[in-house]
Amino acid sequence: MPHFAKPPAGSWTEQYPELGTAPVDYTDSIDPAFYEDERAAIFKRTWLNVGRVERIPRTGNYFTKELAAAGTSLIIVRGADKKVRAFHNVCRHRGNKLVWNDYPNEEVSGTCRQFTCKYHAWRYSLEGELTFVQQEGEFFDLDKKDFGLKEVACDVWEGFVFVNLDPQETLTEYLGEMATGLEGYPFHEMTEVYTYKAEIGSNWKLFIDAFAEFYHAPVLHQKQATKDEADKLLGYGFEALHYELYSPHSMISSWGGMAPPKDPSMVKPIERALRSGLFGPWDRPAIDGLDPAELPAGINPAKHRAWGTDSFEIFPNFTLLFWAPGWYLTYHYWPTAVDRHIFEANLYFVPPKNARERMAQELAAVTFKEYALQDANTLEATQTMIATRTVTEFPLCDQELLLRHLHKVVADKVEEYRDAAAR
Amino acid sequence: MPLPAEFADLESFQDWALPTEPERYAKRLASSMDEMQALYDAAMPRLEAALDHCDKHDFTDLPEDVRTLMHLLQSVVMVSFPVECWSQPRVPDSGAAYLDLLVEPGF
Repeated sequence: MPHFAKPPAGSWTEQYPELGTAPVDYTDSIDPAFYEDERAAIFKRTWLNVGRVERIPRTGNYFTKELAAAGTSLIIVRGADKKVRAFHNVCRHRGNKLVWNDYPNEEVSGTCRQFTCKYHAWRYSLEGELTFVQQEGEFFDLDKKDFGLKEVACDVWEGFVFVNLDPQETLTEYLGEMATGLEGYPFHEMTEVYTYKAEIGSNWKLFIDAFAEFYHAPVLHQKQATKDEADKLLGYGFEALHYELYSPHSMISSWGGMAPPKDPSMVKPIERALRSGLFGPWDRPAIDGLDPAELPAGINPAKHRAWGTDSFEIFPNFTLLFWAPGWYLTYHYWPTAVDRHIFEANLYFVPPKNARERMAQELAAVTFKEYALQDANTLEATQTMIATRTVTEFPLCDQELLLRHLHKVVADKVEEYRDAAAR
Repeated sequence: MPLPAEFADLESFQDWALPTEPERYAKRLASSMDEMQALYDAAMPRLEAALDHCDKHDFTDLPEDVRTLMHLLQSVVMVSFPVECWSQPRVPDSGAAYLDLLVEPGF
């Protein structure tokens, strides 16, 4: 029996006839040729979020970002004019990687006044100009103005830094209406950060699939709740409050779970003691902009009183997830091969004022990892079995709308790219 | 660094007062359920008093012994999952999956 209303079309999925309701072909997650075209069609020409401005608050702060799917490494840096820029991480002299420490493939961050190549000491300003050439007189008609760093389009939305190797539109146009609905959320106040990273043995889309539906939650994670609560959740199953497609982006809105619980005996002792859990600290931080009535219009679009969390899928690989108790997290899925990707998660909280608030955040962070490990491991099992091609088409339910949409958008973009290449 | 005198009863668990998550997680994986249960049973009844004690101090400038107590409390959170949910140190069904905590807030 349904607990929440569905749209007049009869189902969430049938509101979008272009998606169909047929089983979905997952060859897109195992075929190396498809992966190569996906890199060109999507990762080399789409706005990609590479982090937050708080990582580079001052002139000379920088970090590097490895973009295996786009086939490059970037330097993101704040210039003397305070502007955030992105450059290909390559020296114009002989192509050495410009910014790295001991291991060329590891991402680094720091502060500097200029970038100096380890190889022959060519130097570049924070704005990318070539400023010094070792033994410049040995070169032939070298004009330093012609050998600045190769710049990449870079723009900032609500403190999130995006880059694009070949923009087809502005960042604002790309993010569109869905992002407008999130503007004004107090992202800048949430500077207490936990950063996680793992390499996952699955296609990048499979992890998005795992986090873009909660149909699995009462099953895969059932042992994380008390027995009575787990039985109840399994009996209910999962239904979202709302779904919305803003193609290529999408969102899912969900009810609130246990933050705080109606009945304290339904949560574990540590959660009772610290007033926190998977949904975060139960007590909302005392800053402006977090009261349900003050939240940006795009959050909790159904305006449901039982609202607990919204997950926004910003195409292709960036998830922005808001929790009702007043914190948010991000996921990034960086493809490295057809069957591998780097997963990054960041948890953002308002800085705690005391030990009690800090320990509540600690429990939320520890709980996040317990869940994520179960999700991550399941993916490797999925990847190995879809790769057998024993089964190629999979039925997706109405609560898996965002998955159906993701695979359709990716397929359409790859097809469009292939058609253009064939002309 | 020893714990605050008021928490001398937890002194035998001081090796759990580890400053980083990778250290706490590694100790969890290397410990028996009996060891984690002992920490949990000793610390949980003292949790409220410990938080009260920590909150007597300016959170931006905690004395060393209070910071040690905070790290011990972090380990109580870390072992709560094995004790309350899993009955084993590892997350069930997590196989070879790992998730490294690269940046964590200090205090």
